[in-house]
Formats: sequence, C-alpha cells, structure tokens
Amino acid sequence: MPRPPEPARADPIPELPLEQLAGGPLATLERRPLRPYAPEALAFLGALSRTLLASPACRSHPDVVAFAYWCRPAHLARLAEAFVDGQQRLGRGLTLHVAPANVPINFAFSMAFGLLAGNPNLVRVPESLPVQAALVCRAIAELFDDPAHGRVASMNRLMRYPRDDAITLALSAQCQARVLWGGDQTIAHLRAMPVPARCVELSFADRYSLCLLDAVAVGETDDAALAALAEAFFRDAYLLDQNACSSPHLVLWHGSDTEAQAAQARFWPALATCVSNRYALSAVHAVDKLATTCRMAVDLPEIQGCIRHTNSIYRLPLATLPADVAAHRGSHGLFLEHATKDLDSLGEIVSARYQTLTTFGIDREALAGRLQALGLAGIDRIVPVGSALDIGVIWDGHDVVRTLSRIIALQ
Amino acid sequence: MTPLDAPDLSDLLTLPPYGLAAAEKLACLGRILDELTHFHRAHCPAYRRMLEVLGGGAPDESGLAAIPFLPVRLFKDMELLSVERDQVVKTLTSSGTSGQAVSRIFLDRATAALQSKVLARLMGDLLGQQRHPMLVIDTPSVLKDRAAFSARGAGILGFSLFGRDVTYALDDTMQLDLPRIEAFLEKHREAPTLFVFGFTFMVWRHLVQPLAALGRRLPLERGVLLHGGGWKKLADAAVAPAAFRSALADHCGLQRVVDYYGMVEQTGSIYLACERGHLHAPIFSDILIRDPRDFAVLPAGRSGLIEVLSVLPQSYPGHALLTEDLGTLLGEDDCLCGRLGRYFSVERRAPRAEPRGCSDTYAAPA
Repeated sequence: MPRPPEPARADPIPELPLEQLAGGPLATLERRPLRPYAPEALAFLGALSRTLLASPACRSHPDVVAFAYWCRPAHLARLAEAFVDGQQRLGRGLTLHVAPANVPINFAFSMAFGLLAGNPNLVRVPESLPVQAALVCRAIAELFDDPAHGRVASMNRLMRYPRDDAITLALSAQCQARVLWGGDQTIAHLRAMPVPARCVELSFADRYSLCLLDAVAVGETDDAALAALAEAFFRDAYLLDQNACSSPHLVLWHGSDTEAQAAQARFWPALATCVSNRYALSAVHAVDKLATTCRMAVDLPEIQGCIRHTNSIYRLPLATLPADVAAHRGSHGLFLEHATKDLDSLGEIVSARYQTLTTFGIDREALAGRLQALGLAGIDRIVPVGSALDIGVIWDGHDVVRTLSRIIALQ
Repeated sequence: MTPLDAPDLSDLLTLPPYGLAAAEKLACLGRILDELTHFHRAHCPAYRRMLEVLGGGAPDESGLAAIPFLPVRLFKDMELLSVERDQVVKTLTSSGTSGQAVSRIFLDRATAALQSKVLARLMGDLLGQQRHPMLVIDTPSVLKDRAAFSARGAGILGFSLFGRDVTYALDDTMQLDLPRIEAFLEKHREAPTLFVFGFTFMVWRHLVQPLAALGRRLPLERGVLLHGGGWKKLADAAVAPAAFRSALADHCGLQRVVDYYGMVEQTGSIYLACERGHLHAPIFSDILIRDPRDFAVLPAGRSGLIEVLSVLPQSYPGHALLTEDLGTLLGEDDCLCGRLGRYFSVERRAPRAEPRGCSDTYAAPA
C-alpha cells in the first residue's frame, strides 16, 4: 500500500462511520498541538480526576480509581517536574490510539499520555465498551461540554467502531503519531497500515511478566507485612485475571529449596485467604484452570505436581526452568513456580517478550545492574510487588511522552 | 484383568437400564470406572502424565468422586486416545462450524459398538423394541454437506437407527415442508406411535414458531418427541421449558416430549428425561455435581458443575469428564417415575463458556 502524504494542519479528517463517544465531528478537529504538560492539558486531566473520584459509580471500580489517582494534579505536577530537560518541545500532532480489548481502562491512559505530550488524539476505545470505559468516556464527554476545557475538547475524540480496516486506514493516513496496543497479531495487522513517513509509532504488543520473591525475606515478615504482600500480589495477578501483560505467571523464589519451602508455606495460604475474600472465580474459569494444568502437564515435563489452594490458586512447581516458560501462561490464578539461588539463571529464560519483574525483598537497583551486565533482551520494569499494573509515562521501555513530542533544537 | 484389557461390560448390557439401586450401581460402576482409569493410564501417555501432575483425588473422596476427571474441553485442545491410530474407525466432532474449537473423539471398533448397544438399550426403554415411523425436525442437507457434517448430523444418524421411514420435516432452506409432513402422517395414519426427533432450538425455531405464524396445527398426538442439545438458545430467546412443552401441545398435540442430556464426548450413555421432567442416569453412566470453588462433590439440591461418568469410553480417556454445564442433583433411586439411579436437572451452561452443544452448530439467521 502506498504511503500517505504528510497531513497538513488544515486538512479536515473525513467523516467516517464510527460512533463518537466524546468530542465533536471529526471535521472540526483542532490539529494544532500544544507543548508537553501544557496548562490546558493539566487542568483537564485534573478535572477528570476530580470528576471520577466524586462519582460513586466510578469509585466501585479499582482500575478507574487508579486512573483517577494517576491524573490527580499533585501527581501530574511531579511528572511535569521530572519531564523538564531544558529542551523546547511540542506535541507531534494528531495521534491515533488503538486501545486493547482486555484492559478496560487502558485507552484512558493512552489518551492521557498523548495529551500530556501536547497532541490532538483520536482514541479507539474497546468495541465491547466495558462498564469502566463507558464511565470514563461519559465523564470526559461531560467535561468537553465545559467551555473551560474548550481547547482540549477541540483536539480530542473518543470513538468506537468495529474491526474495520477502512476506518483505521483512513485515520492512519492522517496521523503524525500512532499508539497501538494489542496482541502480536493485531499489532502486526495494524502496523501494515501505512502512515505518513514522519509518523512515529509506539507498539505495545503482547508481553510476559514474572515475580521474584526473596524466600528469606518472605519467611521473616511479620503477619501484617505478609498480609500486605499477599494483598499486593493479589492486585498484580487477580485484578485483571492474569490477563494483563504485566501480571505475573511465574513466581521465582530466590533462595535454597528449604528456604523457599518455608516461605511458600507462609505466602500461599496468605494469598489464598485474600483471594477467597476478594475474588469471584466463575465456574467456567475454574474449569479453565484445570484444563490449562492438564495441557501444561503434557507440554512441560519439568512440572512436578499441582498444589491447589481450593480453586483460588493453582501452583505448578518446576524442577528446572524451561527455556520457553513464557509460552505457558495461566489465568485467573495459575502460577508456575521455581526456587533458585542464582539470579543469573534469569539469563536462560528472559527474551524480548519479558516486561515486568515484580519483586519483594530484592535490591532492585543491584538486580537491574545484573540484568544490564547479562545484556538481556527483555525486562523493562523492575517494580515492587503490587505495582505491576501501575502503568506510567515510562512503559515497555519507552519514555512515552518524550517519544510523542518533538524537540525544537536551539543553538 | 491386566491393565492391557478394557473392562468387560457384557453383564451390564443385559440388565434393565434403570434397574440398579445405589449400592449395587456404585459397586458395579465404581469397579468398571476404576479399571478404565488403569486402562487409560496404561495406554494414553498424555492421560498418565496429567494424572501424575494432578495427583489422585482429594483424600476425603471415595467412590465415584475419587475417580480422576478431566475437563471436557480438553478434547478441543488435544488429541487424546488410548488406542493406536490405525485402530480408530470413527472420529466424532462436536461442531462443524468454523472459528469454534472442535472436540475430536476417537473411536475404535469396540467403543463404537458399545455406544450403539447402550443407546439401543436406552431407546428401547423409551420407544419399545419396535421401530416407529420417524420424523426428523431438521433438513436432509445437514447430512449431505460433508464439510459441515457435525454432531448435529451424527446425532440424527445415530437416532435414525431407532426409527423407520425417516422423513425430514424441513427442506434445504430450513422451511417447514408441510406437504411432505402431511404425506408422512397420511402414510402412517395406522401407526400407534411416531418417533419425532430434533434439537431443542431447531424444534422451537423451525417447527413451533412457523406453525404459530401460519396458525397451523399438526396432528402429532401419537408422537414421542425426543429433543436435546441444550436450552441455552431458548433461554436466550426467553423461552422456558414449560412454555416449550405447552407450545408443542398447542401446535402439534405432542404430549410426550422427552428432553435428553448428552455430549459427543460420551456418545451413547445419554440421560433421558422421565415423565416428571427429571434427567436420569442409566446404569451405564452417572453424574456428580461439583462445587466450582473447590470441585468438592455437592449433595442433592445444590447447583454446581456437572461431571459425567460413563463406562463406554475405551478408546479415549473420557470416562470421567467435568463439563461446563451447571446442574443440580435432585435425588437417587426415589424418583416418582420408578426409575432407579440418580436424577438431576441441567440449569444452563456456565456463563461465558465457549458455545458448545449440538444445536449451536447452526447459526440462525437474524
């Protein structure tokens, strides 16, 4: 397919058969970008944060609350401060975001990143429109009606349309930046749609994540800290049914087998309590876990058995780490686990697919140094257990806001 | 018996299909199912490996509950068989539509023969030993198109063995073929019983609804309607079983409407509903209801996941399967219909399960 020409500022976006969830007609879209962390963008996101936190309906969804907290003014002010690098910057221009179907609130973060970078944004929200997405879209649409947010409203559109290549092609031809989220196949399919030559692209494809717990540290925690650790792990793994890219599938215990066993005997029952209190496992997902276990049993000869804490947690201990362990994922609370004294063994499994390493009782800076020394192709985040789902402006190894803005170099 | 032999079912095949009370049935079925576990462990390496990882049943379980079970959906993901491939005479699939995962069940000669024998025993109990004129609420093209040949076609063929002068009520475009049905009724006006068969949704969509729209009534008072394939689509259309039955009485005069529960993964040992509308486990099969939270066996009256156990699967390790259907055990040996054994109801497929079941293979036009 031929590459579309660079869009001009005055080029109107053609009207397309899509359902608009927030913002006026596409033809009226304001294409002029702002500076990164522009006051208009900060004011809008701050107002959005307040609106969401004031809504009882929104407050019942932890992921909506997490987004609302993320864009509260104090946090954005810290991000703005950290962003200052002495460069003159401007948004790149119209940014197309294609959000993933399996993480309801991801579209809002994607849009916020584009907005903080100073860009006009076209955001495709998941077609199924999960309830969380609908709530946030409504809040945004209402704020757009407020003349105080006229500039932001003029440059942003939330929309919904079926998997329709004609629409995505037409929008891609217009954009100066494109942000794609989804499975590997979706990303490959979308990336084949041409964009203007100068367009920058960020692709957030399918990733794999794991957890590293120091056995002695877990063994030595007091009961309150253990419960907090279990709660934190629960958030990482269960809040999105282990379907998020950053949710752990493998739990590595740093320590000897004996140390690991002692730690496991404390950790997993604490997690089981947390899961049984807080998680509604559907009948069909309980069956899924059993089916996945059966498949993995055949595919991975390293699996030594299956330890179940009711159907809340399935644990499959591994005698050794298979090189392709990342190809075997659980969902709704199914974990492979293994104890190792040697963290350099990460080098034998980590590929470019690895994204988040959550840790407890581990010196993360020292670990990052070891991973750098090993020259690993993957692991973009080393964060405490409980922070796996905390998406931010640095994601998948990219500084998203810097990438979505351009530098006007001065000499 | 060595683990190399499949269990001998010849004794069981001579007994009345609903003739064993709890203790006897448990002794008999428990032994055969245990033997099947040993047999499949010896002959199916994948099954052996799964049991090795899963371990035995929970220590507090005994009887049928202690028999290791596999999720029925595993047959969609894996090819599991306990015989050499050259022994496979027939492969059953759950669905012929594209996009959906399909179960593949491998039958050797012995298992295929057992399925037919057991189904014959159960149908004999329902219809008597005589074969009656049969009206199929479906289109003959379901058998013609080999590519789309599916559980629907296999079900029709399987049950057709128990009827004669098999006549299809629908034409190739799924329209009710009234002249053909009338000719069938005229030809068999002396027959004391007519055997009517169809999948639940097809009966509703392509028999009841068109008759209601036309304001027509078919004189099927002599009919015994056997229908299966699940209630999901009817539930989606907000049709309750009682409404289904009363519509059939109104539009066809059908008084004997018999639901059955069964699946391609355990063809043959189906569960037929009695006059009271309860599904009954025959001596060849049984059910357990398991708690979705921990797979513990639930007592009568509590809804849970249905596990089906059958003595028939010899060529594949499918003798104890956990379904994604929710059901409730209603009782054992004490149904007022007089049949012995457990009886139960099926509520629905567990929500968000992949669409499954015979009647789902035909996508109804909007």
